[in-house]
Amino acid sequence: MSESGAAEPEAETGRRIASEARERVRFEEEALELADQVYRVARRMVGTREEAEELVQDTYARAFRSWRSFTPGTNMRAWLLRILTNLNTDRGRKIQRTPDLQPLEESDYYLANKLAAVEGEQALDQERVVERLSQGSIVDALAALPHDFRDVVVLVDLGEFSYADAAQILDVPIGTVMSRLHRGRRILKQTLAEESLT
Amino acid sequence: MTDHDPDCEKCEELLQGYLDRDLTSQEVVIAEGHLDRCDYCRRRYRFEAHLRRYIRVSAIERMPAGLLAKLAELRGPTADGL
Repeated sequence: MSESGAAEPEAETGRRIASEARERVRFEEEALELADQVYRVARRMVGTREEAEELVQDTYARAFRSWRSFTPGTNMRAWLLRILTNLNTDRGRKIQRTPDLQPLEESDYYLANKLAAVEGEQALDQERVVERLSQGSIVDALAALPHDFRDVVVLVDLGEFSYADAAQILDVPIGTVMSRLHRGRRILKQTLAEESLT
Repeated sequence: MTDHDPDCEKCEELLQGYLDRDLTSQEVVIAEGHLDRCDYCRRRYRFEAHLRRYIRVSAIERMPAGLLAKLAELRGPTADGL
């Protein structure tokens, strides 16, 4: 090996660098293709569009710096969102009070019954009844969720992540994802029933 | 509306996973069997499914124009010259 002189290892180094550069470019391109999906989740995790843009930019800056820690072939969207939720948590979120929930039997069907009752006796099919909620009221109700619950609801309902992916992204057990999801959706329904139809 | 079918409790437990497609195939069979029989749970299931879809459609906002270009600028130095 040493007899063949300095040229051989140097060429090897060159090849290694070139192949690493190609790998990095591939990583960056794949990450950029996911930007819209990452933004959609970010947008509902924070209050304003500006904050969401900033959060996504910080996420990509960190992702591009630490691209080597991504394992090719694994879920890059989940990997990016793990960075994003960490950055978002670091922004120093306030401790929030969890709203009191009504007993399950009442809150469970509360929104459905309330929506169905708006136009009196006229029975609407189940598909149409939710359309009585305005888009704005849904966005507001999501924004009003305490962030622990909101993060899970946004990841699973908007990001369409599995419980396992959401658990990994947020670094909590799957059981916590499921209970926060359940509770978060109940709070959401309660808010929608109280705020949007009064 | 059936009055407290003992299966409803099990169904309540499985409903969320069923809606999120996060059940084992065995659990799917249990959940679907119950939904076939129980009017109350079926009504609830349909409402939840529609609500979830409606929330998704309502709350999704596309990435602002220009953000992608800003992200692309954050890429590492180009591999030119290698």
